[in-house]
Amino acid sequence: MAVSARRRRTGLAAWGFALPFTLLFAVFMLVPVASSLYMAFTDMQGKDLRTPWAVNFVGFDNFAAVLADPKFQQAAGNTLYFVGVAMPLTLGIALLLAVLLNSGLTWFRSVFRVGFYAPVVTSIVAVAVVWRFLLQPDFGLVNSGLGLFGIEGPRWLTDEVWAMPSLIMMATWRNVGYSMVILLAGLQGIPKDLYEASAIDGAGAVRQFRSITVPLLRPTILFCAVITGIGYLQFFEEPFVMTQGGPLGATNSVAYEIFNQFGFGNYGLSAAMSYVLFVAIVILSYLQFRLLRTEK
Amino acid sequence: MTVLTERPGTRRGAPQGSAPRRPATRRFTPRAILLNVVLLLGLAASFGPLLWMIVSSVKPEGEIRQFPPSLLPEQFTWSNYTELFATLDFPRFFANSVVVALVVTVGSVLFSAMVGYALAKLDFPGRRALFLLVMGTLMVPGMVTFVPLFVLVANLDLINTYAALILPFLAAPFGVFLMRQFMLDIPDELLDAARVDGAGEFRTFFAVVLPQTKPALATLGILTFLGSWNNFLWPLVAVQSADKYTLPVALALYSTGQNTVQYGLLVAGATVIVLPILIVFLALQRHIVQGIATTGLK
Repeated sequence: MAVSARRRRTGLAAWGFALPFTLLFAVFMLVPVASSLYMAFTDMQGKDLRTPWAVNFVGFDNFAAVLADPKFQQAAGNTLYFVGVAMPLTLGIALLLAVLLNSGLTWFRSVFRVGFYAPVVTSIVAVAVVWRFLLQPDFGLVNSGLGLFGIEGPRWLTDEVWAMPSLIMMATWRNVGYSMVILLAGLQGIPKDLYEASAIDGAGAVRQFRSITVPLLRPTILFCAVITGIGYLQFFEEPFVMTQGGPLGATNSVAYEIFNQFGFGNYGLSAAMSYVLFVAIVILSYLQFRLLRTEK
Repeated sequence: MTVLTERPGTRRGAPQGSAPRRPATRRFTPRAILLNVVLLLGLAASFGPLLWMIVSSVKPEGEIRQFPPSLLPEQFTWSNYTELFATLDFPRFFANSVVVALVVTVGSVLFSAMVGYALAKLDFPGRRALFLLVMGTLMVPGMVTFVPLFVLVANLDLINTYAALILPFLAAPFGVFLMRQFMLDIPDELLDAARVDGAGEFRTFFAVVLPQTKPALATLGILTFLGSWNNFLWPLVAVQSADKYTLPVALALYSTGQNTVQYGLLVAGATVIVLPILIVFLALQRHIVQGIATTGLK
């Protein structure tokens, strides 16, 4: 595509098109990104809200304080627990559903697809209200249902051990549909002759899944893993609405702790935490690329 | 990452990907029956909680807690809604959510299309730098920037204003990326033809480029609207007076408040947030699902 004379003389008009976005982008994206880096190295407090330039530089003190804080350590551990369990669970169920839906034996394929996707479009706050009720220990549907089988359900959200699994269950429920739709689209891009040829060679369904589906779907799986992982690392609304981080900090997350420190007026500390979270997001994305690339 | 390999427009009217594989008549072999029963159970788990929420919202308080739950309300009542709208000013929150989501959607999609067009089809000084900056911030999540954004918005004296709820979302890097990818596929000849016919740059954009990008505009518009409607963290910190609350903020603050919480009001509130979106989703599900699927493919 050669740069025509037309292209060169359109510079002014082009900036006319680019200007509204660029101005807003500079003010509301570039300035905050740059100033969060600045804030992370200062002792900025809530009282400095109107005078953000009149603060002291403290070097890496915030980062040191964050990493040494037992509350942050617990929050980081909780976040890793959440991502480590919820992400594979979400991807695994999504892949299973996508393969089942793609099998050609389903009776109401579009109904299933829409039904599994519906929770994705719902507000997490509304969903949390519903799930808080479902998980009520005394009259909630989950425990009442378990009671039918003679099982006494745990006190889900108020139990230190069961609170996080409750939130994992809810997050998985809500997010499976997103990955499922993308994986389903990916599956439809795999040529059918591959399956037919391998069937002639005597490959069963499991073998086909391992040797054809997974390798050819790898880029799509990677995309879902990265997007899901980034979302889960920022795990915030669920603890906010369901547990307030409790009981005893069992569902406190890094994102929720950032919000808490912000609420206490510890802006510098809060900014430092968000950088720790950001670095974790970058590392996770990188790891997933590496793992899925090199794995044979 | 998110690359459009095929312009959704070219698929319009064509059935979903592997439609030819769908059998003409339903099969009822044991395997098919097992598979469908499993999927139906999954569907119940997936859609059941939402259905329970909607049905419970028209039940009286006592019946909501009953087990097994009544499939249809034994005592039908609108009282949860009337109380919600009378005591908690939900019409106001609803209007706030609608206004914010609409303005964000129209503004952000339009600005994304404009800058996407410039990046894809026009040459200008700074183009490469702008593109790299947009790409660089594509991965920066809201959780990382909300504290400095709050400080900025406070210093612009915008806390507790609609501007605070709208302005930060008008410049969306993902939208720019999506529109640029899509517009790269518009043939240059088409644009040149418009110019030969005497159309100026803006005329060309509005009369030729925008109609060509309708499928992408629809996808981006729906995704942006959903994102804004369900957005929680930023509205929670950016507005502190109740008259500017959006629906999720109002519901969250009510449900975590220390006052005695009524479940009837809660499920009615949740239904008010979810039901409009669910209806829009069911009406436009083809666009939404297709759009999501397309953005995830290499």
